[in-house]
Amino acid sequence: MSATLGTSSVPLGTSNPITRNKSRNSPWIYVFLTAVAVLWLIPLVWTLYTSLRPNAATTRLGYFSVGGGVTFSNFSTAWNSGFAGYLLNSALITVPAVIITLFLASCVAFAVSRFAWKFNVSLLILFTAGNLLPPQILATPIYQLFKNIPLPLTVSDSGSLLNTYYGVIVMNVAFQVGFCTFVLSNYMKALPDELGEAARVDGASVWRQYRSIIMPLCRPALGALATLEVIWIYNDFFWALLLVQTGSRLPITTAINNLKGEFVNNYNLIAAGAMITVIPTLIIYFVLQRQFVAGLTLGASKG
Amino acid sequence: MTVDQAVRPETITAPRERRPTRKRLKTLSTTDKVVLGMMVGIPTLIEACLIWLPSLASIGLSFGRWDGIGSPTNITSAGISNYTYIFTNYPSFWPAVLHNLIWLVFLAVIATPLGVLLAVLLDRKIRFTRIYQSIFFLPVMLSLALIGIIWQLIYSSDNGLIDSLLGIAGKPQSIDFFGDKSINLWAALVAQTWRHAGYVMILYLAGLKGVDLSLKEAAALDGATAWQTFTRIVFPVMKPINTVVIVITIIEALRSFDLVYIINGGTNGLELLSALVVRNLQGEGQDLGVGSAIATVLLVLSLVPIIIYLSRTFRKDRTE
Repeated sequence: MSATLGTSSVPLGTSNPITRNKSRNSPWIYVFLTAVAVLWLIPLVWTLYTSLRPNAATTRLGYFSVGGGVTFSNFSTAWNSGFAGYLLNSALITVPAVIITLFLASCVAFAVSRFAWKFNVSLLILFTAGNLLPPQILATPIYQLFKNIPLPLTVSDSGSLLNTYYGVIVMNVAFQVGFCTFVLSNYMKALPDELGEAARVDGASVWRQYRSIIMPLCRPALGALATLEVIWIYNDFFWALLLVQTGSRLPITTAINNLKGEFVNNYNLIAAGAMITVIPTLIIYFVLQRQFVAGLTLGASKG
Repeated sequence: MTVDQAVRPETITAPRERRPTRKRLKTLSTTDKVVLGMMVGIPTLIEACLIWLPSLASIGLSFGRWDGIGSPTNITSAGISNYTYIFTNYPSFWPAVLHNLIWLVFLAVIATPLGVLLAVLLDRKIRFTRIYQSIFFLPVMLSLALIGIIWQLIYSSDNGLIDSLLGIAGKPQSIDFFGDKSINLWAALVAQTWRHAGYVMILYLAGLKGVDLSLKEAAALDGATAWQTFTRIVFPVMKPINTVVIVITIIEALRSFDLVYIINGGTNGLELLSALVVRNLQGEGQDLGVGSAIATVLLVLSLVPIIIYLSRTFRKDRTE
């Protein structure tokens, strides 16, 4: 930091534009950004710190203290008291939901972007608008609908879509398809029309054009969207809260709702549970940050 | 997760050229037509059955009376009584409207401008810009439910970080940020800002990268200050991103639910419309008519920004 501060020591307010250019980054910018960055990190650092301390030490010294050693026992306790299962549930919901979302969205995007339809725009509007609604608006009818859709007991022990992974997957898909369709259709529109022409001359069917020509070209967009959707669906709180009653079937993001009740005032365990929930997103964050940000801002540069 | 979900689209609609050579449907074989029909039809059916028909059903139920336990044939007509009840008699309704409004104003006045400020600063060829960006963006990866848990560790009155720093943790004069109904809304909004500002930052930064550098240089050569360059040059050419950010802010305020629900179920100073819908859905206070009336109010409020936004976004496409 000190090096940075040293290099940008030209005073503000000089009228020469060249000097001004050099002085644009006054030290105060670094002071401000660093202060905000430190504030930004405190919640996670505090959670990590709390999760690594033995409860005996924090009980004796208080949480705002040093010493008492470092332990991973909070993590193993939390892991064994259900978090392993919650994480698995999250995977069982997230993976199929992302795959189905991208498949359906790419189908619609392909059809509306590569062919001339009368209702192209209306359809896209309907899909995108659906994605923007507060999900709570649908809560009552969806709950009643799922309760009254009978499923054989071999598929669902509740005899309905309630309390199943299917219900949660289906709602996540319905909510995410809109956004993915929007992004993919813009991406596909930017691909040259001649691709389709050439394929038609060669006698390729619609399905082949989709499967062998357009989809491979959409790989970058699909990668970015997949990263984004994994995070979003993993982070979904509401649908499992509404649709799943059995505690052991909850995905991890919804299960942390019970954290406070389960680990009454043992903040070390609560913090460890929170860290276990964060870890998968952090891994994706460090490995695929570029993809994630690309998904968010996709097309801002590419069109 | 929220809102974010929604609005990113506009970042994506960069200008592009269109040639009128899209394939017409008539030239297709029957098989191809069937395949295309299914590619569009199945997702549309899902969207209609799980999003749009239930939305209409919510409107319908808001004019009825039903305990939700018996079959739907037990629904009796209630006229507009559910609405008169929530507007005049339901004690939580107006506080919830007020809280949603405060949520919106706080995001619009504090969180979103903070995100824009961070983006503008980071766009100035700052050293370590990647590190700063990564730090500010980190909370965007977390669910709001988890953010509620993490901030509980900061805010709690017996062992929280803030009360510990003030030396009042666990003492009678300790501050219970999430429990005290006169301040818990603001405490929740600070936690929400932690995430929202980073989200706005990353979108805005992407937009700023697209601004023609020569515009800024020309302004600097003409002796414009950084403030003038931003307000007169950069901000106006960023119009598409500005729209996205405004819409995200509004939608986020209307969709907020997870955070207040995880703090205390959306009660005691943290009532929001979305939480009231859920409270009327199950358990003791179950009244589906009243819940649906609140849902309908929320639907109408949400459709206003959605329609404005989408009509702007798709106007170009339509005129093509």
